[in-house]
Amino acid sequence: MQTESLLHASDTAVEPMLVVDRLKAYYTTKAFGIDRDIRAVDDISLTVAKGEIYGVAGESSSGKTSLIKTIVGAIRPPLHVVGGNVRFNFGGQAHDVYSLRPDELQAIRWRHLSYIMQGSMNVLNPVRRIRHSFYDFAFNHMGLGRTAFWDKVRDHLKKLDLDPGVLDSYPHQLSGGMRQRTTIALATVCTPEFIVADEPTTALDVIVQRDVLTMLRDIQRDLGSSFLFVTHDMSVHATVSDRVGIVYAGRLVEEADTPTLFRGARHPYTQHLVASLPKIGDTTRRASLSGRPPSLADPPSGCRFHPRCPLAMDICSREVPAMTNLTPRHRVACFAVSGATS
Amino acid sequence: MSLILDIDHVSKTFLQGGLLSRRSVEAVKDISLQIEAERPEILSVVGESGSGKSTLAAMVLGQQLPTRGRVLFDGIDVASIHGRAEHRAFMAKVQPVLQNPFEAFNPLKRVDRYLFATAANFMSANGRPTRAEIEARVDQTLVEVGLTLAEVRGRFPHELSGGQLQRTAIARALIPDPRLLVADEPVSMVDASLRMSIVNLFGSLRDRLGLSIIYITHDLATAYYISDRIIIMKKGEVVERGNARDVLDNPQHPYSIALKNAVLTPEFA
Ligand SMILES: Nc1ncnc2c1ncn2[C@@H]1O[C@H](COP(=O)(O)OP(=O)(O)OP(=O)(O)O)[C@@H](O)[C@H]1O
Ligand SMILES: Nc1ncnc2c1ncn2[C@@H]1O[C@H](COP(=O)(O)OP(=O)(O)OP(=O)(O)O)[C@@H](O)[C@H]1O
Ligand code: SF4
Ligand SMILES: [Mg+2]
Ligand SMILES: [Mg+2]
Repeated sequence: MQTESLLHASDTAVEPMLVVDRLKAYYTTKAFGIDRDIRAVDDISLTVAKGEIYGVAGESSSGKTSLIKTIVGAIRPPLHVVGGNVRFNFGGQAHDVYSLRPDELQAIRWRHLSYIMQGSMNVLNPVRRIRHSFYDFAFNHMGLGRTAFWDKVRDHLKKLDLDPGVLDSYPHQLSGGMRQRTTIALATVCTPEFIVADEPTTALDVIVQRDVLTMLRDIQRDLGSSFLFVTHDMSVHATVSDRVGIVYAGRLVEEADTPTLFRGARHPYTQHLVASLPKIGDTTRRASLSGRPPSLADPPSGCRFHPRCPLAMDICSREVPAMTNLTPRHRVACFAVSGATS
Repeated sequence: MSLILDIDHVSKTFLQGGLLSRRSVEAVKDISLQIEAERPEILSVVGESGSGKSTLAAMVLGQQLPTRGRVLFDGIDVASIHGRAEHRAFMAKVQPVLQNPFEAFNPLKRVDRYLFATAANFMSANGRPTRAEIEARVDQTLVEVGLTLAEVRGRFPHELSGGQLQRTAIARALIPDPRLLVADEPVSMVDASLRMSIVNLFGSLRDRLGLSIIYITHDLATAYYISDRIIIMKKGEVVERGNARDVLDNPQHPYSIALKNAVLTPEFA
């Protein structure tokens, strides 16, 4: 009993590493002289605790990358923050991403935060050997002598199943998966406190993927680093994420501890996502969702899933279902779950 | 028996490294593979990252020349294709979907331009297509992959999500009604539900239009679900090949077994 209450006390006392509070970010574009908002992030709140791996999944074009970019402050027009805020907590100090000066944000990115972009092989300079990217990116931040630095880099590459010979190659001489791993190596060699990764393992075979995930897990375990990462690969979430949030059309629709999400999902979209996973040994025809992903420039009214939802009721097209806690760690936004009267 | 594709003992060697560390990499070692014209099929290529899958694809597409061996498409040596007209005739029948759409598209060019250019190029069989015909064709293929022309029109690559860009690349490749699609990780950035609808589309194009597809993937589950044959590659070699279901139900080579055992499943939750 006592340990339990102690745990609980420390749970509430410790500030989360990341607090995202009612975040809204839109792309505002001009089409035929008319401003048009693409509401890619529309009122999303979530937290990530120290040492936690928080996974994000959802439909293609539902706004996952936009959410990630907005959280790390990598915001370029026409994307802009419309409301809400984002706070990181590094070294006991809160940093409000949107009130930092650009140089302060830059300093935090270097020291505490590392961001692996989707399809991000472009951080590798195409006309220079990989070795130079490591030197430019990491040498000054690691406080090691040259020999120790290169030893550390080579060691780190090996954990990602990369031959240290890649250091002498140009990016175009590496395979897609080798480039992806090189990018991960660059982002993690400094062992940051917070790693944000957007689809980091799409080009990897399952054996190499397992080793990459193990390396990330080791960083998390040894240093208590936190992770926020996007992948559409639900099996990866099942294996490494502590908690998973499901995004549909710019909104978070469900969030739960990983086992709960896979065994007791309540939102119809999450249930569909979990059920649509194919397996080796299974050739029964899989139905996919009817209809197409909704346009975020003109999303459906009420619950954005209603045109495709098998359980849709009258109220669903009129009102937006509020995020409701089923348990302290399981939230869902659906009238069929929370009751249409709430 | 005529062959639509005959990969005949091809190898590819690359040179890498600096002056002091120069080494040669045998990306593809003596691979042979045939697809029969009368039996359109989906052939999955799976295997280790860096095992030569994209290099093999590049040789089929004539983008890389084999160091040894040759690739025949419909009886013609792909390496012998020269000049615009021959190249265009080839591309009308063989279309690529390249790995990593963020690298495949020119960042400074609007993506709809690729689609319109492809349509204008390959719809000319019955005279010059009108603007309306071109747009209709483009929209039709986009709808097949869960997009519309309205969503893509005027956008630059970085203005689309990863999965949208990948699906645009598939749509573009389907515009000419090719006979062979060489698809390198075509759905790696697409969620499970859309992914199934795209592999179902592949299956129906094979069955309805006789399209053959070389499907390079790390996703063994969709390879099992949709493909007829499979090859498993490691370090430039094919270590196992056969009927996709047989190979994946009962892999024989130690690498194939290890690969199957490393597949993650949602049951780990
Ligand atoms: N620079 C931009 N300008 C206008 N619209 C954009 C821009 N970038 C993204 N979008 C749009 O915002 C929406 C959300 O895109 P986002 O990249 O966040 O999706 P995602 O969930 O990461 O999808 P995926 O899984 O396919 O990568 C999409 O409709 C996309 O077309
Ligand atoms: N243009 C090039 N110059 C030099 N070496 C190359 C070149 N292209 C590929 N290679 C090398 O050839 C090998 C095979 O690469 P390839 O891209 O074919 O692998 P892959 O099977 O597609 O891997 P992935 O699954 O990671 O995409 C790798 O060792 C790579 O470094
Ligand atoms: S709120 Fe209504 S439409 Fe939305 S998921 Fe729930 S039942 Fe379906
Ligand atoms: Mg994305
Ligand atoms: Mg490749």
